[in-house]
This record gives sequence, structure tokens and C-alpha cells, in this order.
Amino acid sequence: MEPEQPSPDTEHDLPAPTLYPIGFAIGVVVILVGLIISPLLISSIGAAIAIIFAILWARDATRELRGEQVVVEPERRDTTTPAADQQSLADAPVTRSVFLEGATLGLGAVIGGLIVVPVAGFAALPSFLGQTEHKVDLGPISNFSLNDWFIATFIVDVEQGEVSRRTAFVRNNGTVTDPATKQQVPSFTIISNRCTHLGCPTQANGPTGKKFTGVAPFKEHTLNGPAVFQSVIPAGYGCPCHGSQFDPEGNRIAGPAPRALDRYGFEVVNGRLVLLSTYSVSTVVGTGAQAQINKYKEAGPGEHIDGPEQWLYPLQPPHN
Amino acid sequence: MATTHRRKPTKAEIRRQKMEAAVLYPIDWLEERSGLIGGLRYFLFRNVPSDVNWMQTLGSAALTAFLVQAITGVILAMYYVPSATTDPHTGQPVAWESIVNISDHLTLGWLVRGMHRWGASVFIILMFLHMGRVFLFGAYKYPRELNWVIGVLILVMGMMEGFTGYLLPWDQTAYWATVVGINLNGTAPFLGPWLAQFLRGGQEISGYTLTRFYSLHMLVIPGAIIALITLHLYLVIRLGVTSPPWSKDAAGGEPEEEEEPSQLRPGLTRPVPRPSGASAMQTEPGGRE
Repeated sequence: MEPEQPSPDTEHDLPAPTLYPIGFAIGVVVILVGLIISPLLISSIGAAIAIIFAILWARDATRELRGEQVVVEPERRDTTTPAADQQSLADAPVTRSVFLEGATLGLGAVIGGLIVVPVAGFAALPSFLGQTEHKVDLGPISNFSLNDWFIATFIVDVEQGEVSRRTAFVRNNGTVTDPATKQQVPSFTIISNRCTHLGCPTQANGPTGKKFTGVAPFKEHTLNGPAVFQSVIPAGYGCPCHGSQFDPEGNRIAGPAPRALDRYGFEVVNGRLVLLSTYSVSTVVGTGAQAQINKYKEAGPGEHIDGPEQWLYPLQPPHN
Repeated sequence: MATTHRRKPTKAEIRRQKMEAAVLYPIDWLEERSGLIGGLRYFLFRNVPSDVNWMQTLGSAALTAFLVQAITGVILAMYYVPSATTDPHTGQPVAWESIVNISDHLTLGWLVRGMHRWGASVFIILMFLHMGRVFLFGAYKYPRELNWVIGVLILVMGMMEGFTGYLLPWDQTAYWATVVGINLNGTAPFLGPWLAQFLRGGQEISGYTLTRFYSLHMLVIPGAIIALITLHLYLVIRLGVTSPPWSKDAAGGEPEEEEEPSQLRPGLTRPVPRPSGASAMQTEPGGRE
């Protein structure tokens, strides 16, 4: 074996290996255990062990300082590999290093996957799954005088509270004959104020308040919390953001919006008006109870629902 | 033993030597075990072209602006509450109230929030100026194309910081700007509606939108920016600083002989020794046309 080159490490006074720190650690452990079991007895024993080993350790570590000769036996290993072993290494189907590399990468991938998949799922999936329909109680239908428009603001999701307050333009059209059952059923026009361009709140173009409309505004404490109804005579609706204009039935007449305003589905339960989910509308022909509404599945603002542009949005995320 | 007469060191000199030793000892200790001091020297004490000018400080200025944003943001997060619920006592949203509290009531809150608010614009403006300098100096050319790409990614991330941070005051401007911003994303073909719903944290904008934007704004995107800045700086140090286009040293001139060999590693300020035939890279990359 060649003589060892002096490495920078040999210039240090490396302390000789010693077991005293372990004894000291055991003493500390006994103290801590004793604090739980029997502070007086066990902890005293632990303290004694710790102090004895601390003294021994300190003496051992300062031997050189006190002028004693320290001889550290250098560690040596035989690094030559017998020829037979080398032969068997070459014959092995998978060498140790290849196996360890594969095992590290494989285990790392498994552990990483176990962590990343649920975390990424939690980041993304709640936005899409479990979207529930919120039914909105708007109070008795007798509040809505015939053929008058009201600007209704109401809370959609009781759990979310005020942040889910939305606005709709509501008109009671009286009754209409249901073609299926030949029964007279209530008819309402309920237009969402969300602009179909980029989602800003459209405003009714027209006078509000009893002085102009002759109809008093009212408040209602509904099952969804406080709702406010302001009477209005709309000549149409306009968006403050980018200037889209809509007629009173919600048809787009100007501006960048791609389609008519969305509408709320509704049902009448025990004489109370209940809003359901919104649906999208391309155009409306006619007005009031006789209106022919070209309905589509709810689409986001800015999305075309008819014409060739609709093919830009083939897959919609889950809606309620 | 030398025959020259040696003056005995004075007490002051001995004290000074001891002081130096006391200062150097921990530095040497750290260096021997980690190499960090050498790394710091490598990072900071680099040779740069002799004719660099003030324009080339725009990058460090943008970095400083980012650090200001990071530090003020950390402090603001101690007082800001990202909640869209309504305070039952005042009827106002909690997030908005906490902003009012920072600006109007907490000592120096107005200053730190102002630094963060205006610093956001400063950061973006400095990035654009830095970008313009790099473009006009031709500093995006070989071998620095990758650093241009990384810089553009940092710019995009900075814009996303602006978008997500804008919602946090939770006032009318913030709310409707975010509604429009998310719906703009929603009009992208094919995956747009999915992206919008992901950003909203559901079908409708809600309290989840606010908490989500807060997390993106203060954790996800800053982490990405820090990683990208690290890469950006690594490439700056590896490739060196560009000479201005009017540099006399440029255009393939041989580097001047160094009077004493640099203490730094080769490849940084001294050319790496290469086999003959690879003369294209002999000069400093910045000096090439």
C-alpha cells in the first residue's frame, strides 16, 4: 500500500473515538423519563449518570490540553477485491449500483406520487366537483304586481353570505297555458344582470322609484336572507364596463356581448317564487308570457353558444 | 535566521493582530467546512467589462424592487385577513376592513402598504426597462438566449402577481376587475372555461376566489419567481456581463493580459483553456458580435 498523502484533515487534532457522550445522553434520557415517573428518585439517578459521564467526557476531550500524549489509531480498510468477486460482479444480471439507482428512483416516484396526486387533486377538483344548485326563495308571488319590472337583489348561497348576492330583473307576466297539461301556470321573466361579455353588472336603463314607476319598492326576508326589490321601467339594460346594450327582453342590441342576457329558471312552491339555475339564451322573440326563448345550457360570459364560434368551447366544466 | 534586525511589534500591533485573528477565525472555520465564503467571492467579485454603464444596473434595480415586494408582503400578511365574510358589527367584508385597518389605524401601516402597492408598479416598470436595455444592447444574443426566455417568464409571473394581488383589497374595483379578468381567461378557446372555473374556485366568484388568489399571490407565484431569479442570476454569472454595443473591446478582441493570475475559478472571468480550433469561444462571450 502506498504511503498516505497528508490531507488537510490530518492537520486537525481529531478527538479519539469515545463512548462517554452516549453515557451522558443516556443520563439525560433517564432524567427526562424520571420527570414523568418519579422526579425525586429516577431523575436523581439520571442526573448522577449524566454528571459522571460529563466529567469523564470532559477529561477525555481535554487530554491533549492537559499535556497527555494522544494516540489515535488510523482506520484502515483493505480495498482490493478478489478476482473471483470481480468475475461474479460482471456476471450478475443487475449490479448493485443499477439496482440501487432503480430502487431510489422508483421509490422516489411512488412517494412523490402519493403526495402530489392528492394535493394537486385538492387544489383543482373542489372547483369542479360537487357544484350544487342553489334554490333562491324570493318571497310570495303576490308581491310582484302584474307586468311591473323589479330589480331584485338576493343571496344565492346562504353559506357564502353577502359575497353571493346577485341581481336579476324580474317581471310577473301573469299566467300562461301550459301546453302539456293545459293548465294555467304562472309566468315570470327573470333576467340575470350579468353581462354576457365579461360578467360585469348590467344596469336597467330607466327610472326607478315610486315617483316614476308608481310601484313601491319593498324588502322581503326570504329563506335566503334579506332580498331587496326596486321597481323600474327599463328601456333596456346597459353594461358600464364595455358598453354592451340589451333590450328589455335581454336581446343584445349593441356592444361586444356575444349573446342575449342569461335567464333564471324558476318554480312556484306554495305561492312563493323560487329561482333555479341560470340558462343561456341566444335570442328572444316576442315578449312577456308569449316570448319564444332560444335556450341553451349555461355558458360562461364571452362564450358564443350558437354559430361557428360555439365550437371553440366544446367541453364545458361541470355546472350545477 | 535572517540577520536583518526585527523591530519588536508594539502592543498596538499585537492587539491588532489578535483582533484580525479573532475576526478571521470564524470566517475560516465556515469556509473550510462549507466553501461558502469562496462561493460568495465567486458570486460577488467578478470582473466585468470596463465600459459597463448605469443602464446595466436596471437588472439589480428590478431585483431590489422584488425584494422590497417580498419583505413588505411578508409584513402585510401579518395584518391582512383574506376573508370574504361580513363583519356582523359593521356589515363590511372582513378582508376590506383589515386593509382599512392597515392603512388607517396601524402604526406605519400606510407606509408599508404604500410601498407594496406602488412598489408593484415599480417592479413591473423596472423589468420592462431592463428588458429594453437587454434588447438594445443585443444582450439577448448567443449564448444568452435562455436568459431572455427566463426573464420573460419572470415578467409573466410578475404580471400574475399584479392580477392576484389586485383582488386582495376586496373593494368594488378589485372585485369587478377580477370578475372581468377571470372571464377574459374564460373566453380562451377549449380550456378557457375550465381555467376560469379553477381560478374562481367554483362556478361563481366567492370567498374561495379570495383565499385562492391570496395563496397564489403570496406563496405559489413568489416561489416560482424566486426560483426563476436564481436561474437568471446563475446564467448571468456563468455567462458574464455584456459589453455595450459601442464598446472598443468588443468584436472579438483578445482579452488583455492579466497582470496577476485571477484568484477566481476559470470559466468566469478568465477563458476556459480549450483545445485549438475552438477559438470562437476564446474571448469573453460578451465581447463577441
